[in-house]
Amino acid sequence: MTRWIWGGAALIALVAISLSIGAASLWTSDLGSGWLIAVSRFPRTAAAILAGGGLALAGVVVQQAVQNRFVEPGLSGTPEAAMLGLLVITLWAPGAALWIKMAVAALAAMAGTALFLKLAAHVPRSDPMLLPLVGLIYAGILGAVVVWIAWSVDLMQYLGVWQMGEFSGVVQGRYELLWGIAVLAALLYTLADRITILGLGADAARSLGLDYGQTVALGLAVVAAITALVVVTVGALPFVGLVVPNIISRLCGDNLRRNLPVVAVCGGGAVLAADIVGRLVRFPYEVPAATIFAIAGAAVFLWLLHAAPKAGNG
Amino acid sequence: MIEIDDVSLRVRDTGILHGIAAQVPRDGITALIGPNGAGKSSLLHLCAGLTTPSAGRIVLDGEDVHRMAHRDRARRIAVLTQAQALTSRLTVKDLVSFGRWPHHQGRPRDEDRQIVEEALRLFDLLGLAPRQVETLSGGQKARAFTAMAWAQSTPWLFLDEPLAALDPRFARDLMAQLHVMSRPGPEARGVLIVVHDLNAAALWADHVLALKDGGVFAAGPAAEVMTPPRLSTLFDTGFGVVETKRGRLVYPE
Amino acid sequence: MAERRLILLALVLVGASAAFLLWNLRGPTGFILGLRATKLAALLLVGCAVGMATVLFQTVAQNRLLTPGIVGFDALFVTLQTALVLGLGGLGVAQLPPLATFLAEVALLVVAAQVLFGLLLRRGAGDLIRMILTGVILGVMLRGLAGLMQRLLDPSEFAVVQQAMFASFGAVDRGLLAIAAALLGVAALAALRLAPRLDVAGLGRVRARTLGLDHDRVVNQSLMLVSVLVAVSTALVGPVTFLGLIAASLGHAMMQTYRHAVLLPAAGMTGALFLVAGQFLFERVLGMQSTLAVLIEFLGGLLFLALILKRKGRT
Repeated sequence: MTRWIWGGAALIALVAISLSIGAASLWTSDLGSGWLIAVSRFPRTAAAILAGGGLALAGVVVQQAVQNRFVEPGLSGTPEAAMLGLLVITLWAPGAALWIKMAVAALAAMAGTALFLKLAAHVPRSDPMLLPLVGLIYAGILGAVVVWIAWSVDLMQYLGVWQMGEFSGVVQGRYELLWGIAVLAALLYTLADRITILGLGADAARSLGLDYGQTVALGLAVVAAITALVVVTVGALPFVGLVVPNIISRLCGDNLRRNLPVVAVCGGGAVLAADIVGRLVRFPYEVPAATIFAIAGAAVFLWLLHAAPKAGNG
Repeated sequence: MIEIDDVSLRVRDTGILHGIAAQVPRDGITALIGPNGAGKSSLLHLCAGLTTPSAGRIVLDGEDVHRMAHRDRARRIAVLTQAQALTSRLTVKDLVSFGRWPHHQGRPRDEDRQIVEEALRLFDLLGLAPRQVETLSGGQKARAFTAMAWAQSTPWLFLDEPLAALDPRFARDLMAQLHVMSRPGPEARGVLIVVHDLNAAALWADHVLALKDGGVFAAGPAAEVMTPPRLSTLFDTGFGVVETKRGRLVYPE
Repeated sequence: MAERRLILLALVLVGASAAFLLWNLRGPTGFILGLRATKLAALLLVGCAVGMATVLFQTVAQNRLLTPGIVGFDALFVTLQTALVLGLGGLGVAQLPPLATFLAEVALLVVAAQVLFGLLLRRGAGDLIRMILTGVILGVMLRGLAGLMQRLLDPSEFAVVQQAMFASFGAVDRGLLAIAAALLGVAALAALRLAPRLDVAGLGRVRARTLGLDHDRVVNQSLMLVSVLVAVSTALVGPVTFLGLIAASLGHAMMQTYRHAVLLPAAGMTGALFLVAGQFLFERVLGMQSTLAVLIEFLGGLLFLALILKRKGRT
C-alpha cells in the first residue's frame, strides 16, 4: 500500500515541477502566472500525462494480444502506419479538417497493426525475442516507404515532427484531442478482463467463450486510435508502451482489472519525467521527450532483455 | 450426447480427418486413443468448437457446436488444451478464477468464489494459490489449468492429454474425479479425453473411440475396443494382456 | 558445378560494370570515365565487403537471418558522425584530413564490433536472438543519442550530418578508395585462407570441436575480419543495413554449397552486382538519385520477413 502512496506523491511532485519550470519564470514574468499556467504549462503537463498513459495502455493491449512481453506499438509498425496515413491525407486533401486527418491516421494505424498481427501469427512462439525483431524490421519497412514518399514530395519536415515526440509546441487549443485518450482509457478499463483473457491464448480465450477475433479487433482499434492521437498531436514516443507495462507486470502481475490504472498513471508519470528532463538538460533550450525516452527506454529494455530468463517467457 | 456427423478437416492441402462419424455418450468417460498423428487432438478441438470442420457438423445435446454463441458454448464445454505456456503473470488463483468468467463476465458472485475455492481444494492447489503460474513445475501447472477447466462447471469437459505431466498419484486422482463426475444421473457430466496411456484408458474409460489415419478405427464400450487383436492392428505392434484385480492391463509386445 | 556458376556470376558482374562505365558515354570521355570508374570502384568494394562480411558472420553465428548491419552498425556510424560534427563544427569536419578521419572511423568501428560480438560469443549461440535484439536496441539508443546531438546543431551543420545518415554512393573520396581497397583486399584474402576451417565451423561448435577444430579461434578471427570489412564499407559510403542479407541469401541460394571458398566470393560478387546493377538502373536508366539505399532497405526488410516465415514453415 505504501508503494502506491509513494507513487502518487511522486506523480504530484512531477506535476508541480512541470508546472513551475519553463523558459518564462512563473513568478517574475509580466504575463501573470495564472495565464502562463492556463495557456502553456497546464496543457503541456496534461499532454505528457495523457500521451504517456495512453501509450502505456496501448503497450499492454498489444502485449496481451500477441502474448509477447517484448512488443509495443512502436515495435509493431503502428506509428509508421499512422504517419503513412497522415502523409497520404496531407497530399490528397491538404486542407482537410484535423479530425479527418486524425481518423485517416487511426485507420491506417489499425491496418498496419492488423498486418503485424497477421505476421505475428507466423512467427514461432518458441523464441519470445524473435517477434520484437520482426516488429522492428516491419516498422523499418513501413518507415522506408514513409521516408521515400516524404522525400519525393518534400514533406520531410512534417515527418520530422511526427517521428520525434515533444511537448514544447503544446499550448492551449493545440492538444485537446489528447483528452480522447482519457475516453479510450475508460473504454479499455471496461475490457480489462477480456484483455487479460486474450493473454491466455486464442484457444483458452475461445473456450472461455470470448469472441477472440472481435476482442482483438476492438483492442487493436483502441491501440490504433491512441497511437494516432499521440502521433498527430505530439509525435511518436518510443518504448513507453514497452517499458512501463513490463515494470508494472514485474511488480504486481498481469491481472489487468487491478493493474490498468497503475499502468496508465505510471506511463503518464514516466513521459512527464522525460519531458521535464528534456526541459532541464540544456535549459533554456529543449530536448524532445522522445529523445530522452529513446535513450532511457532503450536502456531499460536492455535490462529487461537480460534480466528476463528467470521469469520463463519473460 | 455428441453426434459427430461425417466430419472432415483439411489444413491447407493436408487432410487431417476424413468423414468421421461417431457418437460420444453424455454419461461416462470417453477415451480418444490412437497412434501419433491419428487426429485425436484435432477431433477434440473440433468438438470443442475451437476449429471449424471443412465438412460435416458436430451436434452437442441437439445443437450444432459451431453455431452456438461464444458465451453459450463456454457454459456448456470446458476444454483443457495441450498448450500450457502462459506469458501473463497471473497467480494460480487468478487463473482458476478466469474459469468462472463465462458465468459472471467480470462480476463474480459468492457462488463463483466458492467454486474457485472448491477447484483449488480438489486439485490440491490451496497452498499454491498465491504463486505466479510461471513459477510452478510442469505438473503443478497442469493441475492449475485442469482446475481452471473444472471451475467452468460445464456439462461437458474435454481434456487433451491431461495425464502427460502428472505424477501417478495426481493422475489417479484426476481420473477418479472424472469418473465420479461422469456417473449417470441428473448431474452427470460428459468427459472426452485424449490419452496415450492405454492402461489409464483401460482402467477408467467407459467408452473408447479409436482413430487411425484420420478415420474411425473402432468405437464402443472400452472392454470391446481394448482387445489385444484390435490394439495390435491399431498401433501396428503386438499387444499382450494381463487380468488384474482392478481390471485388464495391456502392454505392447 | 558451383564453380561454373561462380564464373557465370563473375561474367555477369563484368558485363554490368562495363555497361555502368560505357552506357551513353558522351562529351569529355576521359573525365566522365574517370568519374564513373571512381563510383564503380566504390560500389564494387562496398558490395564485396558487405556480402563477404555477412557470410562470415552468418557462419560463425550459425544463423542465416543475421547481418552485421542488423546488429546496429549503421546507428553507431551516424552517432559517430554527429559527435564529430558536434565536437568540431561542420566546417571543422570538412577541414579534417580525410585519411585520418577515415582511419579513425575504421578503428572505432572495429573496436565497437569486437565489443558487441565479443558479448555474443560469450553468451553462446543459444541466446542468439537475445543478442541480436540487444544489438538492435543499442542501435535505437545510439540513434536517440545522435538525435539528441543533432538538436544541438544549427541547420547548416545538420545538413552535413544528414548526408551521412543515408547511404550515398555519389560522393566518394578518391583517396579513401585506395586505402579501402587495400584493406578490403587483405581482409578478403585472409577470409579465403580461413575458408576450409569455416566449412567445418559451419557444422556448429560442438561438432566442429569433436572434429578437432579450434572453434573459438576461428570465430575470433572471423569476427575480426567482419569488423574490418563492415567498418570499411560503412565508413566509405554510410549505412546499408540489409544489403548483406540480400547478398548472402542470394549467394547461398545460387551456389547450394557449404564451401566457403565458393560462398565468400559468390556473396561478395552478388552484393557488388546488386549495387552496380541497381545504381545503373536508377541513375542512368530511370534518372533517379539517392533512392537505391531506401530500396535496399525496403527489399532487404521484405526478404528478412520472408526468411523468418519460411523458417517457420520448415519446423
